[in-house]
Amino acid sequence: MDTDLMLRVYPFFLEAALVTIQLSVLTALLGLTMGALGAAARLSRFGVLRFIGAAYVSVFRGTPALIQLFILYFGGPQVGIQLEAFEAGVIGLGVNVGAYMTETIRGAIISIDKGQREAARTLGLSQFQGFYKVTLPQAARLMVRPLGVNLNMLIKSTALVAAISVVELTYTAQRYIGSTYKPFEMFLLAGILYIIIIYTTGRAVAWLDRRVQIT
Amino acid sequence: MSDNPEFVQIRHAQKSFGKLEVLKDISLNVARGQIVAIIGPSGSGKSTLLRAINDLDPLTGGEVWLDGTQVNKSLPHRQYEKHINAMRQDIGMVFQHFNLFPHLTARENVTMAPKLLKGLSDREADALAEEQLDKVGMLERIDYYPSQLSGGQKQRVAIARALAMKPKLMLFDEATSALDPELVDEVNQVMKKLAEEHITMIIVTHEMDFAAAVCDRVLFMDQGVVVEEGPPWVIFRNPKKERTRAFLRKHLENAP
Ligand SMILES: Nc1ncnc2c1ncn2[C@@H]1O[C@H](COP(=O)(O)OP(=O)(O)O)[C@@H](O)[C@H]1O
Ligand SMILES: [Mg+2]
Repeated sequence: MDTDLMLRVYPFFLEAALVTIQLSVLTALLGLTMGALGAAARLSRFGVLRFIGAAYVSVFRGTPALIQLFILYFGGPQVGIQLEAFEAGVIGLGVNVGAYMTETIRGAIISIDKGQREAARTLGLSQFQGFYKVTLPQAARLMVRPLGVNLNMLIKSTALVAAISVVELTYTAQRYIGSTYKPFEMFLLAGILYIIIIYTTGRAVAWLDRRVQIT
Repeated sequence: MSDNPEFVQIRHAQKSFGKLEVLKDISLNVARGQIVAIIGPSGSGKSTLLRAINDLDPLTGGEVWLDGTQVNKSLPHRQYEKHINAMRQDIGMVFQHFNLFPHLTARENVTMAPKLLKGLSDREADALAEEQLDKVGMLERIDYYPSQLSGGQKQRVAIARALAMKPKLMLFDEATSALDPELVDEVNQVMKKLAEEHITMIIVTHEMDFAAAVCDRVLFMDQGVVVEEGPPWVIFRNPKKERTRAFLRKHLENAP
């Protein structure tokens, strides 16, 4: 194993890891937004919204994320959507992970006992007040762990945007393989940085999960 | 005491879940300050009737009135929501499984609705929580979470939560059924105290002794109808209907 080479190139990998982190953060934010909207749609009392929510989830969980990215980035210009690779990566992955988060958020909300909602309504709270005072605070605590799983998946899926030439970790590894012919070292370096990012995130999620638990 | 004999009125209540008819033309008046017990076998429609009063289970026919206002008025959706939320502030409900809010302390369980709906300040709300939790003997546990309380204590906090809205009517749906036997009494004591304060109450219960001791009237329900009703000494000692007798034979020590 060429550790000298690894030590020489790792600063460039660190830079690329920063791009991966940026991608992850932006994608997570977009995913959470889409997830909240998707869950709201799926739980709506309007049939049309429920249908739209369900269709969103089926389509984006039912096709490879890579195909979704390709359609957006390569197919987009054909229908007038011109995006930078990075933008396409964030939007494509964010909308994709949003479909998973929709189900996570919805699952947490519907798992709250209906007696809770009834108790709130019995006191005179409106449906909305009952939701944000009673159901949501309890559901939010249940969401932390499964959203952490979605986040873990999301970070790994940022590797896909190498395929549309966003210069993040995986793409950087591939580029250095082109010049060094050392795939083992280059992918290993990328893998180490991925695990640092993912492990740290996992710890942060576990900490948050402990923080929000009810005494 | 009964300045208003039609304080609560149920007129020809009918309720079906799909093809299953659960309430069959039930009518009932409760005077202000009166305490009514509803007894009857499981599945006879007691909970459904109680939950129809505050529209948790909307009736498919008939009317519910409280203090001169129809609870289940027919109104457009938005207006109805406003109307029913206001009505429900006047109707306290206590559930078999307490349904306390687990993410809130006893204090917060009590103050949440008054703060939100009546605009109480933090100080007013704290005073209210102390008053209501003291009434149910839970003042020492005011800052405990439900998970730190026993079943009986939870139910007492749930009663305080309902009372904090100063309701005109209290509904109890088997408030002690989920409790260990040794915890039943502390909840019954609280309900007795409310009875002494002449709070209008409708109590679904399977505790015949409690009903006999506390209630002014007893209704025996079976299969969606009120089979028989009257003062406790008549229903428990001298019921007229064979169905009532048969039920009591199973639930009373010295049945008639
Ligand atoms: N939400 C519901 N959907 C369908 N059937 C119900 C529902 N709630 C109650 N029932 C039925 O209505 C009948 C009366 O139930 P309930 O009022 O709970 O009886 P009780 O409280 O006297 O035991 C039962 O047969 C029960 O299965
Ligand atoms: Mg019942």
